[in-house]
Amino acid sequence: MRAARILIAKPGLDGHDRGAKVIARALRDAGMEVIYTGLRQSPQMIAEAALQEDVDVVGLSILSGAHMTLVPLVREAMVAADLADVPLIVGGIIPDEDIDALREHGVVAVFGPGTSTDEIRDFINGLVASRDARD
Amino acid sequence: MTEARDTRQAELVAAVLAGQRRAIARMLTLVENGRPGKDAALAALFPHTGKAAIIGVTGAPGTGKSTLVNALARHYRQAGRTVGIIAVDPTSPFSGGAILGDRIRMSDHSGDPGVFIRSMATRGSLGGLAHATRDAVRVLDAAGFDIVLVETVGAGQSEVDIARTATTTLVVEAPGLGDDVQAIKAGILEIADVLVVNKADRPGATQTQRALKAMLELGHPGDRLAFFAHDSQLPLSVQSPHANGGANPEDTMWQPPVIATVSVEGKGIAELAEAIAAHRQYLEHSGSAARWQQHIIAQELIERMRDVLVAREIAQIEPDRLRAIVAEVQARRLDPNAAVHVLLEQP
Repeated sequence: MRAARILIAKPGLDGHDRGAKVIARALRDAGMEVIYTGLRQSPQMIAEAALQEDVDVVGLSILSGAHMTLVPLVREAMVAADLADVPLIVGGIIPDEDIDALREHGVVAVFGPGTSTDEIRDFINGLVASRDARD
Repeated sequence: MTEARDTRQAELVAAVLAGQRRAIARMLTLVENGRPGKDAALAALFPHTGKAAIIGVTGAPGTGKSTLVNALARHYRQAGRTVGIIAVDPTSPFSGGAILGDRIRMSDHSGDPGVFIRSMATRGSLGGLAHATRDAVRVLDAAGFDIVLVETVGAGQSEVDIARTATTTLVVEAPGLGDDVQAIKAGILEIADVLVVNKADRPGATQTQRALKAMLELGHPGDRLAFFAHDSQLPLSVQSPHANGGANPEDTMWQPPVIATVSVEGKGIAELAEAIAAHRQYLEHSGSAARWQQHIIAQELIERMRDVLVAREIAQIEPDRLRAIVAEVQARRLDPNAAVHVLLEQP
């Protein structure tokens, strides 16, 4: 079995990266290779890192409330980089009423506070397995 | 099915040679995961390699390798050269997972099409690089990058694989990590073509530089062939570059310079780049380059042969037979050495 490669990125200006680090660590412990890009990444930087690292999944952590602005920009940058086939997931403080709108912008899953890391791990494993089956 | 795959991979090879970024990324994944078709793809890329200057950067964790790589890449970009970067971080021995965080320090190059950064996990390899790093370097070389910078995992004293991969190896030190006895111990300092004292604005930087210079004065192997000659498995005869009536060894031996840098401010980076260029020139003019290459090729062939032979032998061992022999060793009825001979005999 190959190691899944996941990009964990924090777009925008909020500096609260504990959530991103907890997820990165949990995925590491689940046997995944996690590329962590650090704080304050622009949508272009995230798309570029996803392309160069050839990741299976991109995960964004957003706690600033700017998700309705940032997520569509990240998705746009990913599509522009020919990464439309790479699934995008979002974690952080996302009000329930925004989830459907984010899905319309190409987000495959949103994980709010209280989600267990096991749930996220299993979801990512499912995404990776379906990508492998398609290849 | 295989035919379709062959066509797809021929297209991928062509796209890598054209420098297409997504193709480079996919090729690196192919090489790293050892998927079917990897060998054919690498074979197709191989004739296009050998042009890039490969610079290895190693040193203890926290000495500033990633920041130095970032600063060096900026320097080379300003000089109009393209830069590929491979940054290696460790794989967890427990979960097989990894956190690859070297990009955090390299965000200066975001949006620059002349830079390509790829993170790699060691995946169980212990020499400071991943098993596939050498092949990954070749992919970037074939894709046309002028410079390939390879950053090892945070290295202790014995992770010296980088010296078998890079043309020029930088060993990065920082003030306060050890005294002059640390400096004369065997291992990583010996593989340095250039020694870098990073964070040179910190207290103790002058002492560190002095200790390293003193170490070099006590005698440095200088000739990297010694590094390979020591490996007794090499059947190639090693001839000293000074043996065939050449110039005075004093004139032809490379003395590693000690360069002080403050990577975050870009201080000392131009001097470092000059030292790297001088080392490359030395290799070319002294004639060591060709001989050195012969030895790393021989070394690589032996390593690859070992992999093939081991895989072939292991594939032939029946699990039940292995279990029985393990039980014999566990019960102290058979010693491990004898057990290997039993395993290698055909059942």
